[in-house]
Amino acid sequence: MASRAIGSFRRFPASKTLRCPGYICRNFAGSSALLTRTHINYGVKGDVAVVRINSPNSKVNTLNKELQSEFVEVMNEIWASDQIRSAVLISSKPGCFIAGADINMLAACKTNQEVTQISQEGQRIFEKLEKSPKPIVAAISGSCLGGGLEVGVPAAFDMMLTGRNIHADRAKKMGLVDQLVEPLGPGLKPPEERTIEYLEEVAVTFAKGLADKKISPKRDKGLVDTFYLTELTSVAMGIPFVRQQIYKKVEEKVRKQTKGLYPAPLKIIDVVKTGIEQGSDAGYLSESQKFGELAMTKESKALIGLYHGQVLCKKNKFGAPQKEVKHLAILGAGLMGAGIAQVSVDKGLKTILKDATLAGLGRGQQQVFKGLNDKVKKKALTSFERDSIFSNLTGQLDYQGFEKADMVIEAVFEDLSLKHRVLKEVEAVIPDHCVFASNTSALPINEISAVSKRPEKVIGMHYFSPVDKMQLLEIITTEKTSKDTTASAVAVGLKQGKVIIVVKDGPGFYTTRCLAPMMSEVIRILQEGVDPKKLDSLTTSFGFPVGAATLVDEVGVDVARHVAEDLGKAFGERFGGGSLDLLKQMVSKGFLGRKSGKGFYIYQEGVKSKNLNSDMDSILASLKIPPKSEVSSDEDIQYRLVTRFVNEAVMCLQEGILATPAEGDIGAVFGLGFPPCLGGPFRFVDLYGAQKIVDRLRKYEAAYGKQFTPCQLLVDHANSPNKKFYQ
Amino acid sequence: MAPLGRPCCDFRMTSILTYTFKNLPSTSKWALRFSVRPLSCSSQLRATPAAQTKSKKTLAKPNIRNVVVVDGVRTPFLLSGTSYKDLMPHDVARAALLGLLHRTSVPKEVVDYIIFGTVIQEVKTSNVAREAALGAGFSDKTPAHTVTMACISANQAMTTGVGLIASGQCDVVVAGGVELMSDVPIRHSRKMRKMLLDLNKAKTLGQRLSLLSKFRLNFLSPELPAVAEFSTSETMGHSADRLAAAFAVSRTEQDEYALRSHSLAKKAQDEGLLSDVVPFKVPGKDTVTKDNGIRPSSLEQMAKLKPAFIKPYGTVTAANSSFLTDGASAMLIMAEEKALAMGYKPKAYLRDFVYVSQDPKDQLLLGPTYATPKVLEKAGLTLNDVDAFEFHEAFSGQILANFKAMDSDWFAQNYMGRKTKVGLPPLEKFNTWGGSLSLGHPFGATGCRLVMAAANRLRKEGGQYGLVAACAAGGQGHAMIVEAYPK
Repeated sequence: MASRAIGSFRRFPASKTLRCPGYICRNFAGSSALLTRTHINYGVKGDVAVVRINSPNSKVNTLNKELQSEFVEVMNEIWASDQIRSAVLISSKPGCFIAGADINMLAACKTNQEVTQISQEGQRIFEKLEKSPKPIVAAISGSCLGGGLEVGVPAAFDMMLTGRNIHADRAKKMGLVDQLVEPLGPGLKPPEERTIEYLEEVAVTFAKGLADKKISPKRDKGLVDTFYLTELTSVAMGIPFVRQQIYKKVEEKVRKQTKGLYPAPLKIIDVVKTGIEQGSDAGYLSESQKFGELAMTKESKALIGLYHGQVLCKKNKFGAPQKEVKHLAILGAGLMGAGIAQVSVDKGLKTILKDATLAGLGRGQQQVFKGLNDKVKKKALTSFERDSIFSNLTGQLDYQGFEKADMVIEAVFEDLSLKHRVLKEVEAVIPDHCVFASNTSALPINEISAVSKRPEKVIGMHYFSPVDKMQLLEIITTEKTSKDTTASAVAVGLKQGKVIIVVKDGPGFYTTRCLAPMMSEVIRILQEGVDPKKLDSLTTSFGFPVGAATLVDEVGVDVARHVAEDLGKAFGERFGGGSLDLLKQMVSKGFLGRKSGKGFYIYQEGVKSKNLNSDMDSILASLKIPPKSEVSSDEDIQYRLVTRFVNEAVMCLQEGILATPAEGDIGAVFGLGFPPCLGGPFRFVDLYGAQKIVDRLRKYEAAYGKQFTPCQLLVDHANSPNKKFYQ
Repeated sequence: MAPLGRPCCDFRMTSILTYTFKNLPSTSKWALRFSVRPLSCSSQLRATPAAQTKSKKTLAKPNIRNVVVVDGVRTPFLLSGTSYKDLMPHDVARAALLGLLHRTSVPKEVVDYIIFGTVIQEVKTSNVAREAALGAGFSDKTPAHTVTMACISANQAMTTGVGLIASGQCDVVVAGGVELMSDVPIRHSRKMRKMLLDLNKAKTLGQRLSLLSKFRLNFLSPELPAVAEFSTSETMGHSADRLAAAFAVSRTEQDEYALRSHSLAKKAQDEGLLSDVVPFKVPGKDTVTKDNGIRPSSLEQMAKLKPAFIKPYGTVTAANSSFLTDGASAMLIMAEEKALAMGYKPKAYLRDFVYVSQDPKDQLLLGPTYATPKVLEKAGLTLNDVDAFEFHEAFSGQILANFKAMDSDWFAQNYMGRKTKVGLPPLEKFNTWGGSLSLGHPFGATGCRLVMAAANRLRKEGGQYGLVAACAAGGQGHAMIVEAYPK
């Protein structure tokens, strides 16, 4: 069994379920290299071999095919050599050990068999590492995910299932790692360089100790042990009945969490089951086969597609702005304004939060503080870090300091005349270079910028609530917005840790516009007598993270009404369906959703289970319309919602609101909760088939009319099956 | 402007400006500004190069009063938990003050002001300077205050005194420091304190009972003061270990340095060189006459110890760290003319000093590296001019890391904004009578010990300039030039 000295695990969007071979190593200046290879090399310090991993031309090390053979070669040499008694595996890249399997390698595979073969080759190495007669110490600094983690760790149940990211000190507690090495500060070389060197020194000492039997490889009892190795558990696992019960429980839990939409976790359970019941050989075989099958699923393609889309949306394709934004000012300390402030100050941006009233400002400041303090409670920040981050925030009621602002983001109420007023006020005090960004979910930016003296500096930045949790930022450019202004907005968004799509101006932009027709359909479905709870379960079982009725409550009924009204005017009948009266009546009764305590559901502090708001019955009864039986099956209800969403998304691409399908998918998944397992509306069209979607739309069109008429681009795709959004 | 000499470096403009200010006729304002804000102006006093090579110049400054150390004493520094363990901090401080009175025979009434440094405060005597002074029989008309700046608290006490004298506010100041690690304030938990305070305010039995009903057993877990940074929660030993690792200082090097410190301290003690120590009759115990932490061991013995902070592979151990210490120090400083008028033969001048600060996480203990070149440049000296180095030894690893940093061009260029390295103090002039590792380190009192060691060494060995430097928690540091008083 190997032990490891380790630095820190970091986020990387590859899941542990991708188990794959291939190692990337490199030579190390100063140690005596026995052989020079393209990617892998090792030197020997005393009787310890130091194997260095370094993918050429890449920021991270990923497990891929080419390097596998070199790794095998090196390891074989180490095992064969009489002089070497132990080995250290280490990456030469600061901050990354092995980030997992090379996704491109998997995507390139055409069949299950290919993937299965890759997997089997990997297994063989892992098995050899596990059974190594010489102690092997993995010295990990930075992200170590997926296959990277398997270098010496027997697989851990919990981690396999969720692909979680584990922080270093937690990993130590779980018993995954043996020793932690804290990062070093400046010394006689750059800190990162010396830290890796130090990590290696410690690991070498460790390896020597293990080989000399001076150190026992036994770990503290951690979570992994309690799950796998403690006596009690192993006794319990020895009883078939208990085992069956455990499988059942785990499976139940997984089914509940994934709603059966993600095949991987269930297959993992299968594999573990096979391994335990039929021995490890059968387990490994089953694992590689199942892995092969999984790699070929639609879900795998959809998720890999999202991964690539996300990487794309984390780049600034507009280049570096002329002036970096260092001073930010936010108008309006409401939920959105304070949320934007929070994600800005914790990235070191000096931020002014301005509100019109002391009470409103105080509420916003408290929200920022609470957001940071919650991180302290989770030990993600120290209280001292919280304080110094919070010092980046200045709360005020006037425009003092705006003369230094590089960007102003307004997050005042969604009211055009109010937005006009603040725009004019702000333009009187800000410097020429300052960007004015409007955080609005539906008001067209060109209408806002109509009163601006400098429309080239006006842009839309549509954040999603809660800002500190939602990853998406939708940036909206008008025809007058300059490229540098866009570059500046994207740069700020990236700094705030956002995934960014840049879309053209228009009513509802992209995200709100896609959501509106679906919401209209939600109302119609409710009017047709479907219970909100039933509707919620239909939408979540399709893969939406939040049920449709709950979503209206979360967004706010008044907001939904506003948007429905505005977009209804702009797009006419196509956005019809449900009656706006439903929302109007709810607003008039004060059922604004979660924020007012009542919407479709009743919300009470401290009460977790949601009860339906019985006062809604009379409203729903008064607006009831008869359902059409031919389009009211559960599946039809799901597809009525999804096809309207998808149709509108494709229309946004057709009209040039969207620049690329990838941005459309990212926006839908990260901003609106479109089912990730479907990969986004465009990926869904590709994988599900444009023809099938058009067929469904035609069927609903026959029942309801124009609202379901497929857009031209979708029809084009249906007519020529070779046309794909992703080639 | 005569001593300005030939302007020959970057300091020209600033020097001229500084001197212009200093020559202003205002009596004290600018002078005060100079002495209490030494970092803000670079006071360059350059003799002509020719004069420099012939004989060493004095560091006196025009229109600024010379400040002298008449003498200084300290109680023996003891491992905490030994003979002082039943005392309170002001008791030990009082012993130092009484020792100073005895040594200098200074009439109590001429003392204008008393300043003490301390770190872990006893809550009952938070202004320990005042309590100790009153107990030592100083006039109740002599004001006293307490300063705190971690391990350079006594240094701050001295330089505050220098400021008061140089600015003409005082003529005679007693500066000192005290630390009693045998007893530290251990508090109730915040929850318990809150409940007790609320109980105080509760008026009815019902209110009291309802408060008491909220009591939970975990309220009883106490809060201990830790030698840890508040900002990073890292203990100093842990930081020292990382620092040593960053500069690749080996365990052996650290043990060797610690052994050197103990051996030199032992030698100095045996030869009677530690003349600043005054005996202290501890109530109920025998008279303590010497430091009890000096224990030269062998490298083999030291190698057996396990790391104290980063386990199991760290390099900082109990043997190569300074230990928790009880002790106090006190020093009589005066305006030179006052000392001479009173018939004293001062021991040394206190000259330029600086305070520096840097990253409290990764450069916590690098104060001496930053402070040394700054104070030398301020005084117009080079490393070669210094005859006696007295650096505070918090950990062997810290001293050696500072050495490596001072000896590194890379570090100087990347972190200090200097073109070249600071340079390495020669070991034969460095802490030759032992240091904090062996003599002990009562946090609040060490500063005065360093200055007296420098002054006494200069007298004994005939040198002119001493350089005192120390690191402190919070990532701060200090350095001061001590100039021997002409014999």
